[in-house]
Amino acid sequence: MEAEDPGLPPKGGMDLPQDGVDLPEQKISPGSMDTGEDEPSVALDEQVELPGAQNNGPLSVAGGKGDVQEELTETREESSEKDLSDSASTDNTLEDSSEFSRPMVMDGGPPGEEEVAVQPRPPTHRDEDVTAESWRAHRKHIFVLSEAGKPIYSRYGNEEALSSTMGVMMALVSFIQSGDNSIRSIYSDDRKLVFVQQGPLVLVSVSSTLQSEQQLRQELLYVYYQIISMLTQASITRIFERKKNYDLRRLLTGSEKILDRLLNLVESDPCFLLGAVRCLPLQPALRDSLGSLLQKAITPNLVFSILVARSQLVTTVQEKTVIDDCRLEPTDLHLLLNLIGATSAFQTGEIWTPICLPRFNPDCYFYAYISYLDADCTVCLILLSTDKESFYSVSDCKKRIEEGMRTQSYLQALSSGLKSPSYSVAMVGAPDLRHFMYKPLDIPDNYRQLPQFTSPELEGPYCSESERHRLFDLYHYLHSRIHSTARPLRLIYHVAEKETLLAWVTSKFELYTCFSPLVTKAGAINVLTKLLRWIKKEEDRLFIRYPPKYSTTPNPGKGSKGPRTEGAENGFFGGL
Amino acid sequence: MGNGQEMAQRTTGNKEVSFLQDAPGSKEFSCVFKVVLLGSSSVGKTSLAYRYVKKDFQDSLPTVGCSFFNQCVTLDATTVKLEIWDTAGQEKYHSVCHLYYRGANAALLVYDITRKESFEKAKVWLSELEKEFLQNEIVIILVGNKLDLSEEREVTIEEAKEFAKTNCILYTETSAKSDYQVTELFVTLAHELLELEQQKEKLRHTTHWKKSRVDLQETASRRMKCCQK
Ligand SMILES: Nc1nc2c(ncn2[C@@H]2O[C@H](COP(=O)(O)OP(=O)(O)OP(=O)(O)O)[C@@H](O)[C@H]2O)c(=O)[nH]1
Ligand SMILES: [Mg+2]
Repeated sequence: MEAEDPGLPPKGGMDLPQDGVDLPEQKISPGSMDTGEDEPSVALDEQVELPGAQNNGPLSVAGGKGDVQEELTETREESSEKDLSDSASTDNTLEDSSEFSRPMVMDGGPPGEEEVAVQPRPPTHRDEDVTAESWRAHRKHIFVLSEAGKPIYSRYGNEEALSSTMGVMMALVSFIQSGDNSIRSIYSDDRKLVFVQQGPLVLVSVSSTLQSEQQLRQELLYVYYQIISMLTQASITRIFERKKNYDLRRLLTGSEKILDRLLNLVESDPCFLLGAVRCLPLQPALRDSLGSLLQKAITPNLVFSILVARSQLVTTVQEKTVIDDCRLEPTDLHLLLNLIGATSAFQTGEIWTPICLPRFNPDCYFYAYISYLDADCTVCLILLSTDKESFYSVSDCKKRIEEGMRTQSYLQALSSGLKSPSYSVAMVGAPDLRHFMYKPLDIPDNYRQLPQFTSPELEGPYCSESERHRLFDLYHYLHSRIHSTARPLRLIYHVAEKETLLAWVTSKFELYTCFSPLVTKAGAINVLTKLLRWIKKEEDRLFIRYPPKYSTTPNPGKGSKGPRTEGAENGFFGGL
Repeated sequence: MGNGQEMAQRTTGNKEVSFLQDAPGSKEFSCVFKVVLLGSSSVGKTSLAYRYVKKDFQDSLPTVGCSFFNQCVTLDATTVKLEIWDTAGQEKYHSVCHLYYRGANAALLVYDITRKESFEKAKVWLSELEKEFLQNEIVIILVGNKLDLSEEREVTIEEAKEFAKTNCILYTETSAKSDYQVTELFVTLAHELLELEQQKEKLRHTTHWKKSRVDLQETASRRMKCCQK
């Protein structure tokens, strides 16, 4: 589980390995790849399986998988420790609002029922007939319920209509629990049922996709985190402590869209699978200028400045102490962007909203300032502050950033880069290559920065939704094999019906490629070499190599302005 | 409201108003008032703000937290800047709403005339505001929106008017969709705010010089100083 968590910070820097580029040619010959073909356990695919052992097999240069895992686990422990220490001092204003709604209950009908009916919804998935065959046929169902068995969310169909189904689920969970155990999954012929319990919430996935249990579990965690991002863990715990059979839908009315959107994204955007952020390809000089613009426009208690364009990261700047203590987790950024994406961009002025970054700290709120900088609402500025009263000063930062962008014509430069959506795989110049996802892993220790990945537009055969789903199913499958806890692989050559895929993980990168079905192994390896060279050449454009930092001094009790070497000052939030 | 819409008059009184210098270059001063829109989710708060500020109507998604707009209104010789805080009506944001309405000069309590429970919620909002503000500190207008759907009406004009009257707040009905009475609503609001400001000045003088009579001339000239275009 640990190693597969997409939210995990990888170690090392963004430098592409010089030797990595030539590696395939030297180290993998078609012959050596054939070793896997005799593998009796694999019926459909041809694979090279490289079990964890180091210096065993053709890829010895790349370093042992075991090492990587160890490092990852270390990092995780470290950061979760930090999370805890940070959480002590933050505020928690957006809590159970039941106090407020009480007078309303006195005025009108019975509690709860009225609340749930609040939003007249246009016909959606939610109005589906849950007894219909089409309802059963969905690829993946997601259910969220409370420990008391109360329905909270269902991806398809009305939760109310599903209350008996959810009751059965809860009965299963509690039956196993009564034996001091916990239910994790059930496998049937064509479905996997995966259960995740997080505090008072139970999340269930019923899926017929190729995804592994681990991946489904991760998706359920994303759903949980998205709920937390709106309510915080602390307040959910508190609410259910007070009232075991509280109807959480009261607090989540209107948020179903956010969860729906998240689940669609999880299935179609590799950022969730890879636990990495997609950067907008950009001239490094322009990216640096934008970064220093953000660096200058600061105010006390500002912690993160994030500039995104069409959900792709342009640049991000973090408070110095934060970058020492902790980082902005890709998961937190994805959840934040999903939340923003589910609001009507065109109608909003400047947004000021409490938001929890669950991976950073599940129990407290940041205050997010969100504003679009262009008329088309493609370029979006997000400023995260720990001070709920700082709207005006943070809004002023935005004015300065806007002014800077106007005088330097950065906005025009940015939007010209936005005209073409991302980039075409044709730029690599390898005709057999249809698509790829590349995530660098070798981030230098002193830059514990955002995990990133790059991937071209989906083109050609993958334009339709069903074909896209098919491709991502395959990617998910390869990812699950690579990250299998039982038998992790380092290289997979997978011949599928309509395409051939190759996944390869080294200590320096994780790479998934999709080729036309006619490619030969030798051809695929040539393409890989070409691709790695191309990425090496383009890496300054594709990735944020050195994210800038700032110090939001003057800040009483925070000491001097200078760079802080001993950064783990846990009182960071306490001083605010 | 001058356009045949009846409004119950609320007594006005002492109130702090912030004065901001617009731009460093210009010597203009304008009155800045903070206006907060409150009400259940999907009653049309965002649509009202958008209609007023952008002169347009679009189908919208629920607001996250709060959305902030600036809009200037010119009344006679006075420019008033309205800082509009369009809050999210979703239940999960209710506990943070005090953050948004604190220090407000005006509140629009919006409900959907086709949904009785949104009217009940507006009543709850009023009692919330009464906890936070003194009677004469804030201009409050009860706004029944979606008048274009009047055939589905659940809240009668009479009961809304009655409620407004007993609570000494203003009342109007609007449609963000068909652009009915939206600009008028905000213009009336600006007038009310200025009037409140005048009252405040009056009161300040009375208490300061312990006069029993109000010096209208004095008040008027003061107001010109701070609010003149
Ligand atoms: N027919 C009609 N529909 C309206 C009117 N005003 C808003 N709507 C619709 O009502 C729905 C909700 O409008 P919003 O403006 O988003 O509601 P809101 O009060 O801002 O909701 P929250 O942000 O969740 O608090 C949208 O679909 C609007 O198109 C109106 O005057 N007439
Ligand atoms: Mg709104």
